[in-house]
Formats: sequence, C-alpha cells, structure tokens
Amino acid sequence: MHSFGYRLNGLLTFSVTILAIMCAIASLSDNLNSRSPSAEIQVMNINWFQKQPQANDEVSLTMNISADLQSLFTWNTKQLFIFVAAEYDTPKNSLNQVSLWDAIIPAKVHAKFWIHTSNKYRFVDQGKYLRGKKFNLTLHWHVMPKTGKMFADKIVLTGYSFPEEYR
Amino acid sequence: MGWIGETVDSVKSIQMRQLLTQAVSLGMIVTSALIIWKGLMCITGSESPVVVVLSGSMEPAFKRGDILFLHMSKDPIRAGEIVVFNIDGREIPIVHRVIKVHERQDTGEVDVLTKGDNNYGDDRLLYAQGQLYLQRHHIMGRAVGFLPYVGWVTIIMTEKPIIKYILIGALGLLVITSKD
Repeated sequence: MHSFGYRLNGLLTFSVTILAIMCAIASLSDNLNSRSPSAEIQVMNINWFQKQPQANDEVSLTMNISADLQSLFTWNTKQLFIFVAAEYDTPKNSLNQVSLWDAIIPAKVHAKFWIHTSNKYRFVDQGKYLRGKKFNLTLHWHVMPKTGKMFADKIVLTGYSFPEEYR
Repeated sequence: MGWIGETVDSVKSIQMRQLLTQAVSLGMIVTSALIIWKGLMCITGSESPVVVVLSGSMEPAFKRGDILFLHMSKDPIRAGEIVVFNIDGREIPIVHRVIKVHERQDTGEVDVLTKGDNNYGDDRLLYAQGQLYLQRHHIMGRAVGFLPYVGWVTIIMTEKPIIKYILIGALGLLVITSKD
C-alpha cells in the first residue's frame, strides 16, 4: 500500500487532475472579459477588375484597415488571428465569403493598428457576377487561448460595391 | 508423492483465480476507455473528437504536439473556422483554416477552400488531382478548444513504436505482478 509504485501512481493522477482543473478554470475566466472592439475599412482604390480566361471575375483592391482590438486580450490569450473577408451573394451562390487579408496579432500592444494594403489573397468569384455588385467587408477575429476554448466574432461593414464595368 | 501433488494443485488453482481476476480488471479498464472514446464521438458528432497537431502549418496558434477538441454541428461552414478534413487517398487528417466559402443557392452545398496560417499558399496543392474545393463530407469537425503539449505522448508512440511496446509490456507486467 505504501510502495513506491503506488505513491508515484497517486502523485501522477493527482497532478494530472489538478492541471486539468486549472486549464478549465483558466478557460472559464475568459468569459469574464467584456469586449468592445472597433474597426474601420476604407477601400482606397480598385486596382483592376477583369474576367479571367476561365471566365471567373477577378478584382484587386487596396484598402485602409484600422482597428482597435485591445479589449479582446485577456491573460489567457496567446494571440489574435484576424482576417478581412468580402461577403456577397450571386444568382448562383447564396453566400460567398472570400478572405482578402489576414494577420496574427501576438500581443495587446499590437492590437491597435492601421494598415494600408492590397488584398493578400486573390479575390476570384465562382462565375461572372461581380459587376455592379454590392458587398460587405467583415473583419473577423479568432481569440486563440493559451489553453481552452476559442472565441470568434466579427464586425460587418456594409456599403461597398464593385464598379459597373471591367477595367 | 501424494502431498506434493496436492500442494502443486492448490498453488495452481490460486494462481488461476488471481490471474483471471486480474485479466478481468484489465479488460474492464480497456473497455471503459473505449466507452469514453465512443461516447465522446457521439457527443461531439465527429469521427475523431480529439486530434493531435502533427505539423507546423498552423503556428504560432497550434504547435506540433498540441491536441485539439473537435465538434461537428449542422451549422454551415463559414470563413475563419478551423476545420479538420481528410483528403481522398491520404490517411492523415489536416487541420487548417477556411478562407473561402461558396454556398449554392438551391442546394445549400458548400465549396470551401482552406489554408494553413503558417503556409504561404492555399491548400489546393494538397487536395486530390483536379480538386479545387472541399465539400462538407470531407470535413470531420471544427476545432473548438485545445490543450498544449499533451499530444506529444501520441507523437512519440507513433514515431518510435518501440516505446509503445515497452509501455504496454511494462503495464502488463505491473498488472500481473501486483498483489491485488
């Protein structure tokens, strides 16, 4: 009953249980955080807007993205993954979401930022439906914890639209 | 010679009973682990409710050796979600983020494109020949939570199978030699 093996077994079981409970509590503490993020995206320029040889529309644009996401960070946050997606519908697809740009914010100090960038990933439609179409730009963020449950949310900014003709 | 035979018989019978008891307790441990695993599969709705991260393609969010908890619901797949999927012909599931979603008007089926955070390009190179998008049936689950470092045990046991055999051998030895 008091051999080395039993003591080691008891110690290991106890420490694993305590670690698991600590991870669960750390994750639950994230719920106490009240969040107030803000963001703004301006489309500075539509660089070009063309039809590909395979008959899909493609557009390249330059955006000004500014945001203050500092309130999303807690002590249990490892990083914030953010991305900007264009959302629109077409006669063929009820919803299209195309990610244009993403970034990883490793610390709270970097969470208030301003960036002038063209789209990191190609904005290609499934079809030829983009002319004159209205679309939303949504800033999504994923809070990746040091341990536990991940949170995700977004801000939807409306009012953007494509030009009527290719250029 | 008679009493030697008697002693040997009684010793053998005690051993037999002890051995059987220990075999049954070992069986109980193994089956309860199986019950927990299958129960998790039912609760989370995913074929493998827990996966180990094997590559560095999602760093710095998930490093090699982390484990991810998966959940699969009927909710539509949206951009930004971290999904685990299987490619036809590859046995190892891949954990990457959805960057493009096209959902059909009429059928509600989705075409999904994924990319690892730490990779330069999207996953089209990983998909099967001629496949441009993933469909819902390729996706095994969404990552909803994670624990760091715990998966190293599985990685070590897979990459150096000798350690697996040593562990199982030691466990078996422990069971047989323990007095209760």
